[in-house]
Amino acid sequence: MKAKIRKIVTFVEETHTEMGQAVNPPTRRAAAAAVIENPFAGRFVQDLTELMEIGEELGALLTERAVTALGIPGPSAESYGKAAAVGENGELEHAAALLHPKLGTPVRKVLGKGAALIPSSKKRGGPGVSLDIPLGHKDAAFVRSHFDGMEIRLHDAPRANEILVAIAVTDSGRPLPRVGGLTKDQIRGEDGLR
Amino acid sequence: MPEVQLRKRVVIVEEVFHEGGPIATKPLRRGAALAVIHNPFAGKYASEIAGFMEDLKPLGLEMAKSLVTALGDDPTVVEGYGKGAIVGQTGELEHGALWHVPGGYAMREILGGAKAIVPSTKKVGGPGTRLDVPITHIKASYVRSHFDSMEVGIADAPRADEILLALVMTTGPRIHARVGGLKASEIKGEDGLR
Repeated sequence: MKAKIRKIVTFVEETHTEMGQAVNPPTRRAAAAAVIENPFAGRFVQDLTELMEIGEELGALLTERAVTALGIPGPSAESYGKAAAVGENGELEHAAALLHPKLGTPVRKVLGKGAALIPSSKKRGGPGVSLDIPLGHKDAAFVRSHFDGMEIRLHDAPRANEILVAIAVTDSGRPLPRVGGLTKDQIRGEDGLR
Repeated sequence: MPEVQLRKRVVIVEEVFHEGGPIATKPLRRGAALAVIHNPFAGKYASEIAGFMEDLKPLGLEMAKSLVTALGDDPTVVEGYGKGAIVGQTGELEHGALWHVPGGYAMREILGGAKAIVPSTKKVGGPGTRLDVPITHIKASYVRSHFDSMEVGIADAPRADEILLALVMTTGPRIHARVGGLKASEIKGEDGLR
């Protein structure tokens, strides 16, 4: 692996009730996060290819971890998202290099499909910074019941020369969706939008 | 006593490969099982609360089992443990103390031969409050390499009338443990201390 990984953390959340209403089956989402060394910390580097390649590796690794943590086959995943937090000696562009050029293809390979844009967020921060990973339906971005987000944080990352990279995957939407819009049974799945 | 009402469950697994030193041949895993339940005593002082400990036992067992599963489904790999609770703001610290017996009992039941007292911590707090759960060796509290902790928390819990319950297990010493003291190989295993 090109990535120098210090740690990998997985989170699984299951919601069983909300405002006293049963959520049946419980909604479930998982996030897998890796803390890696930032090869470009502390200096300006024009060519970010190395981080793009690391992004490709992590796209496969973290999606596998998240799906395994949910205990579902990849194609059963319903929504996804990605995010990165760059330690203080790095640039926001380092997060962009990890997330945007090459990370998506292996994610979609694990999940079978994934016609929709993978929603993303990025920031710079210190250890313990929270990361709100946006979530959207993997085949149709306009499915309103699946607009969501998942907060994660690692108390000891990212250190100044590290980057925290995370992928979130769900097998469901929000716990009690009731604000209308496109539903998942109406997905045409041609353009990634509807 | 009232029934246990579960709102959500979270499982977190950390896998640590190094912390600036040599990469470990066997990564350290730290896992946490969290449950968010309704606090049946929120908002008023109740003098009789102890019966709720018995009601929490099945949930404790389920959490301990799910944690062992998340760590690889083999209870013999577990070497350290700890527990904790965060009580929402209309509850009292004493409600968190209800977790001592069922949380400890559950982990001993699953792990077998765990003689050491389960270290614990608790506090009152709002949603997003973090808790540093202390960890010690399951067979002998004085094993210095296994003194550890794991920070846990959930963005939307505990609400005012909820309690967040936590169980934590680890699969080995700190990743670069080197400050001496009693070693795991020197455990006598008679009193849970040495």
